[in-house]
Amino acid sequence: MTDRLHNVENNQPTKRLTDTPLSDGPDWTFSLLEDYQTEIARVAKHYALNTYPNQIEIITSEQMLDAYSSVGMPINYHHWSFGKKFIESSQNYKRGYMGLAYEIVINSDPCISYLMEENTMTMQALVMAHACYGHNSFFKNNYLFKTWTDASSIIDYLMFARNYIQHCEQKYGVEEVEEILDSCHALMNLGVDRYKRPQKISMFEEQKRQKEREEYLQSQVNDLWRTVPSMNVEEQKKKQNVPAEPQENLLYFFEKHAPLLTSWQRELVRIVRKVSQYFYPQKQTQVMNEGWASFWHYTILNHLFDEGLVTERFILEFLQSHTNVVAQPSYNSPYYSGINPYALGFAMFTDIRRMCENPDDEDKEWFPDLVGKNWLDTLHYAMENFKDESFIAQYLSPKMIRKFKLFNLQDHEKNNMLEVTDIHNEQGYKAIRQSLAAQYNLSQIEPNIQVTKVDVNGDRSLSLTYTPHANIPLAKNIDEMLRHVYRLWGFDVKLYIDKGNAGKDLLAQCPEPEVDSP
Amino acid sequence: MAHFIDRRLNGKNKSAVNRQRFLRRYKSQIKKAVADSISQRSVTDTESRESVTIPKRDIQEPIFHQGKGGDRDRVLPGNDQFSRGDKIKRPEGGGQGSGSGEASNSGEGEDDFSFTISMDEYLNLLFDDLELPNLQQTQNEQITEYETYRAGFKSEGIPTNIDVVRSLKGAQARRIALTAGKKKKLKELEAELQELLNSTTTNKSQDRSLIAQLEQQILQLKQRIAKVPFIDTFDLKYRNFDKRPIPSSRAVMFCLMDVSGSMDQATKDIAKRFYILLYQFLTRSYDNIEVVYIRHHTQAKEVDEQEFFYSQETGGTIVSSALNLMEEIVKERYPPGQWNIYAAQASDGDNWADDSPQCKRILEQSILQYSRYFAYIEITQRSHQTLWHEYEHLNVKFENFAMKNIKYPGDIYPVFREFFQKQTSS
Repeated sequence: MTDRLHNVENNQPTKRLTDTPLSDGPDWTFSLLEDYQTEIARVAKHYALNTYPNQIEIITSEQMLDAYSSVGMPINYHHWSFGKKFIESSQNYKRGYMGLAYEIVINSDPCISYLMEENTMTMQALVMAHACYGHNSFFKNNYLFKTWTDASSIIDYLMFARNYIQHCEQKYGVEEVEEILDSCHALMNLGVDRYKRPQKISMFEEQKRQKEREEYLQSQVNDLWRTVPSMNVEEQKKKQNVPAEPQENLLYFFEKHAPLLTSWQRELVRIVRKVSQYFYPQKQTQVMNEGWASFWHYTILNHLFDEGLVTERFILEFLQSHTNVVAQPSYNSPYYSGINPYALGFAMFTDIRRMCENPDDEDKEWFPDLVGKNWLDTLHYAMENFKDESFIAQYLSPKMIRKFKLFNLQDHEKNNMLEVTDIHNEQGYKAIRQSLAAQYNLSQIEPNIQVTKVDVNGDRSLSLTYTPHANIPLAKNIDEMLRHVYRLWGFDVKLYIDKGNAGKDLLAQCPEPEVDSP
Repeated sequence: MAHFIDRRLNGKNKSAVNRQRFLRRYKSQIKKAVADSISQRSVTDTESRESVTIPKRDIQEPIFHQGKGGDRDRVLPGNDQFSRGDKIKRPEGGGQGSGSGEASNSGEGEDDFSFTISMDEYLNLLFDDLELPNLQQTQNEQITEYETYRAGFKSEGIPTNIDVVRSLKGAQARRIALTAGKKKKLKELEAELQELLNSTTTNKSQDRSLIAQLEQQILQLKQRIAKVPFIDTFDLKYRNFDKRPIPSSRAVMFCLMDVSGSMDQATKDIAKRFYILLYQFLTRSYDNIEVVYIRHHTQAKEVDEQEFFYSQETGGTIVSSALNLMEEIVKERYPPGQWNIYAAQASDGDNWADDSPQCKRILEQSILQYSRYFAYIEITQRSHQTLWHEYEHLNVKFENFAMKNIKYPGDIYPVFREFFQKQTSS
């Protein structure tokens, strides 16, 4: 997007006192939705938000609960865990423990967003600005999404997956399919490529290729496990380390190399892997994505207000919702549940704009590159080229650290006490920024487990190695987890912990070794 | 560019399949919860959905994640008191959790997962693997109810049953069959006649006689055609009706209970729960069920539900009085051919010793002859008395008689299951 030029002078909303603002409801109608949509689209265009076409669907709260349970997707394969999620969320909703999200938006082309029937006109406008233009433009332009997901094919792919799994259920039995899916779900987080761009997926291609892949894969596997010794000892020695490099994508490894899986089981592994890969960018851009969408619903609706297109009643209701959305409870508040990505993201994008437009001395010292720049270009650049971790490392200003009164709490196992190592002051800014950025680094919060060895010529056992970050151990459920790995692999599975210089220790293995009887 | 789609009328039960999958997967846990709940469920509550609770750890979806411990840094908002270097005691119980995306789930692993299932699902689970005994064997024996249904046509019957359309169809067919040949002939003759009349040949006299001959033939033919009747008794078709037996879908359930002084409210509650189970079980097989409440001490009386369960009487116990009353009511209102009769008798086992053989005799000679099922539950923790011993003879002899002892509320459901356990053989 190099051809975008923003005219700074043009960015100020033209003060236009319209005598006839759009109706503020509170009930919405389809024609009113259209009117608001048109105006929001116009303003979004004014701010150069480049989006996929929007498909806006009006749904009821029951349908929203349905959407919740299938991870927001309009279509998904059947699995008991979605049923569990459905029961859980509908139960919570009915008891009033949980309000429903105002919207769900799907990274697809066209971009599908759901509006709930119950919302007032103001809320619908807020949601449209937030989802249809905020999230939508983020999906289309952020580098992670551009690299890792293919918005045009996801719905088709899920359709393919659903049909394929349904077919397998009929052919091999619901329980058989469920077992494999359970194990795949357990390893879902370890089923993403982090450095290699995945192929594009589409239903038609997928269906076409699925058959040949089936045969091909099976032959490949057999090749790896050929038992006739055809090579000389020298070559065998060379080949001994399988895989040659540690593999971080467990599901991919199983899909390609698990000796006992049948072709349809491999396809299931692949489906779960693909879905996991699709959600991978979303996990890494929560703060940015929500911040960006919140920044734009705020900016767009205020722009409309400045133009006189929406009423004061409208803007007050909007502001109230907006304030709730971007509130950040303190660490000691009963409502505290981590840092609110809406709050942090919104504050940071607003702050970047401020630093471009009204920098003070501190900004000049900390962010000389931003001062006096075109704020819109800067914002778009930030949105397109960062993920949460790098975005915070790059743009979190001292002002923001003071605003949120951030402090860093150090919890080292060997110490009896927790220590406040940094607070929101001159000495602390950099450390806090670094620490907060690391908090969004997936490689530090998800365990690093890789396939390190397959005993090709022996008992076919599989060795996994866990490399701890900052001495953090694995959670206690490793035996259960290994059973899932074992189900996919089919032979003994061993999990080691890499202790650096101290070598490797066996953490667990499956099946558990029988007690030796002399 | 944007367009709106109104999805509100689309199905909202997209998750139904997944929900069923969930219920199926955890059937054993849910069943256990249901079985536990039956002894706690409010006795009057037969309509509401059942809430089911199963341990959360059973239904967790495991993933590899970081555990407690190690060296962590956490950035928290809202500093209100700390300065650099402040030390804080480590909070008990793990504090803030792992810092992964699972924050909302951590630290409450032992919570229970509870949800409601619908009445139907509840009953399905409750009566899973149970069936009404002897249903197949007796189904065809006691049928006296018939329904009339149309069964084609017949040629004899009463005028009201004449099927006009069918009759006229037959008549027309007959007319066509009887006249077709003649009409064909007639046409030929008429054509011939016409030809003669039109011809301008020379032989006039010969023609004239020929014409007369033809006209004669035509007249005869016409008369014969006219003689074929428009409708004949032979054509009349009558609607035929036939009767077929229908299995009765009506059932009556007799609740017999001892309300003498020895039956306290706790015992009655147990009996009531048992009746409720039986009632709900029967509703699965029958469209409408009537319930007759008979309570007795030395005398039996038909009462309504409220009085049945909650009014207190004192005095001795004569069980046969209730059986006699049941007998009378059946004769009067529930002919066994039309009703499926079920009875459940609850008692603490007390009876006037001389009366017990009498009870046995009534059951043996009449009630068990026409009842689908007669269940006797004795709610007592003491040893059995004469009534039980007399009934034991019946238990051997009759398949539709069953007796069980309930000691504690927790026995109700197991005993009920024993009564109706699916019989694999026979």
